[in-house]
Amino acid sequence: MEKYVSLEYVDMVFSGRQGKFCALRDVNLSITQGEFVSVIGHSGCGKSTVLNLIAGLLMPSNGVMLCAGREIGGPGPERAVVFQNHSLLPWLTCFDNIYLAVERVFGSTEDKASLKKRTHEALALVGLTHSETKFPNEISGGMKQRVGIARALAMEPKVLLMDEPFGALDALTRAHLQDELLGIVQRTGSTVVMVTHDVDEAVLLSDRIVMMTNGPAATIGEILTVDLARPRNRLELAENPQYHHLRGEVLRFLYQREAKAAA
Amino acid sequence: MSATVVALKPEATEAVPVTESKSGSTPPPVAEATPVAGEKRQRIMNILRSITLAVLPPMLGLAFFILIWVGISLVAPALPGPAKTWDSAVVLFSDPFYNNGPNDQGIGWNILFSLQRVGTGFGMAALIGIPLGFVLGRFKFVNDMASPIISLLRPVSPLAWLPIGLLVFKAADPAAIWVIFISSIWPLVINTAMGVSKVPQDYLNVARVLNLSEWKIATKIMLPSAMPYILTGIRLSIGVAWLVIVAAEMLTGGVGLGFWVWDEWNNLNVEHILIAIFVVGIVGLLLEQALLLLAKRFNY
Repeated sequence: MEKYVSLEYVDMVFSGRQGKFCALRDVNLSITQGEFVSVIGHSGCGKSTVLNLIAGLLMPSNGVMLCAGREIGGPGPERAVVFQNHSLLPWLTCFDNIYLAVERVFGSTEDKASLKKRTHEALALVGLTHSETKFPNEISGGMKQRVGIARALAMEPKVLLMDEPFGALDALTRAHLQDELLGIVQRTGSTVVMVTHDVDEAVLLSDRIVMMTNGPAATIGEILTVDLARPRNRLELAENPQYHHLRGEVLRFLYQREAKAAA
Repeated sequence: MSATVVALKPEATEAVPVTESKSGSTPPPVAEATPVAGEKRQRIMNILRSITLAVLPPMLGLAFFILIWVGISLVAPALPGPAKTWDSAVVLFSDPFYNNGPNDQGIGWNILFSLQRVGTGFGMAALIGIPLGFVLGRFKFVNDMASPIISLLRPVSPLAWLPIGLLVFKAADPAAIWVIFISSIWPLVINTAMGVSKVPQDYLNVARVLNLSEWKIATKIMLPSAMPYILTGIRLSIGVAWLVIVAAEMLTGGVGLGFWVWDEWNNLNVEHILIAIFVVGIVGLLLEQALLLLAKRFNY
C-alpha cells in the first residue's frame, strides 16, 4: 500500500538546561491511508514526541516527515490533534469550540449555514447535540473529550492525531468512548495515529501497534500487525485466542524486552 | 459628653435583638412536641445564627472604632467626636448639590468631579495600557525593550509627575488627570502583559493546529484567557487612581474631594475633613466591590 504519512530517519534532540537530550533516534514509520496506528511504550519513551512531530508542533532535528506527499513544515488543520487534556477553550460553548475549528477550515469556501450544519453534525457524531450550548466546565470529563474528538473530526483532517485521548478518564467512560471511536473511524475511514499506554486499548482499536523502546534515544522496537476482523466487539474479543495472543505480544515487549524499573 | 452617649445608643439598641436571638437558639423546649415544626424552627434558628455571626463581628469592630474615636476626641479636643461629625454630615448630605460659586459646592458635586477626573485619567490609561500590555505579553522582544523603562518609571511617586503635567498642559485640571493617568497605567500594562504571557500552552497549541490568524488568536484565545489578569489590573489601577486623586486635587484646586479637604482645612472645619476621609473610603470600597463583582463573571 501507498505511504500516506511517513517518517524517515527522524531524530529529535531537545536542548535543555542540562545540555542536549536526544529523545528520538532513527525513527522510521510509514502509515497508509485509512490505517489506525497506535504508538505504545513506557512513559518518557518519546511517544508523545512522535505525535507532536507529525502534528508539526515540534520540528525534527534530523530526518524527513511527509504527509500526503508534502513535507510537514508546521502544524495545520489537515493534521488535527485530540489533546490528552481535551484543551477546549473554557470561554466558548461546546458548539463554539467546534465552530472555531470548522470556520477556520471551511470558512473561506462555505457559507455560515453550512458551517453551522457541519458543527451540528460533528456534535451529533459524538452524541452531544443536547449539550451544545454548555460550557466545558459544565460537562463531564468524558463529554469534554468527546467534544475534543468532535472538534478534530469536524475539520475533516487527512490524519487524526490522538495523544492519550482517554488517559484521563475512568475505565467505564474510557471503554464507552473507545467503542464510539471504533464506530466513528469505521464510518469515516479516518487515518489515525494514537498514542497510548493502555495495551487493551491499542489491540482493540489498531491495525498496527508501534512499540517504542525506552529512552533516551528511543526508537521503534517492533511493529505488531493486529489482524483482527472489523467491526470489532469488545465482548467477543474477550474470548478470542488471537486477541489474547496479540495482547501477550505487546505485554512481552513492554515487560520483558523493554522492562523498566518503576519510575 | 452627653452627645457621645447619644451617638453610641443606636449601636447599643441594635446589638440587643442580636444577642436575644442567639440566646433563644440554645434551649428548644417546645420543639419536641411537633418534630416537623421543630425542624422548621431549627432551620430558622440556623439562618438567624449565621446572620448573627456575619453581622456581629463587623458591628463590634465598628463599635470599637467609634469608641476609640470618642476616646481620642476626648484627649485631643481639637478633633471632633463621632456625634459632632455625624451632625455635620447630616447637614452636608441634606443638600449635596448646591452651587455657590467655584469654591463652595455641595458634597455631591465634589464626589462627581473627583470621579470624573479619575474616570478620564483611568480611561485613557486603559485605552493605552491594555493594548500596550497585550503587545508586551505577546512579543518577548518588545517586552525586553520596555521592561527597563517600566521598572524605572513605575516606582516614581505619582505627584512627582504633576510639574511635568503643569508644564506641558499649562492648566491645573489636565495636569491632575495626567497624574491619574501616569500612576494608574502601570498596573494595567503589567497585569495585561502577565496575563497574555501566561496563556496556557494547551490553548496556544490549539491555535497552532487550527492555524488561526493573529487576530483570531488575540480575540478568541489571548484576550479571554488574560481577562482575569486584566481585570485585576483594572482593579489595582482604579484603586491607585482613587488613592492619588485627593493629593492631586489638593495641589491643583478646582471642584473635587481633594480640594474640598484643603479648603476645609483652611476654614478649620475638621468635621468636614473627617467626612471627606469617610467619603473617599466608601467610594473606594464601592468601586472595588463593583469590579470584584465584574471579575467573578470572567472566572472560568
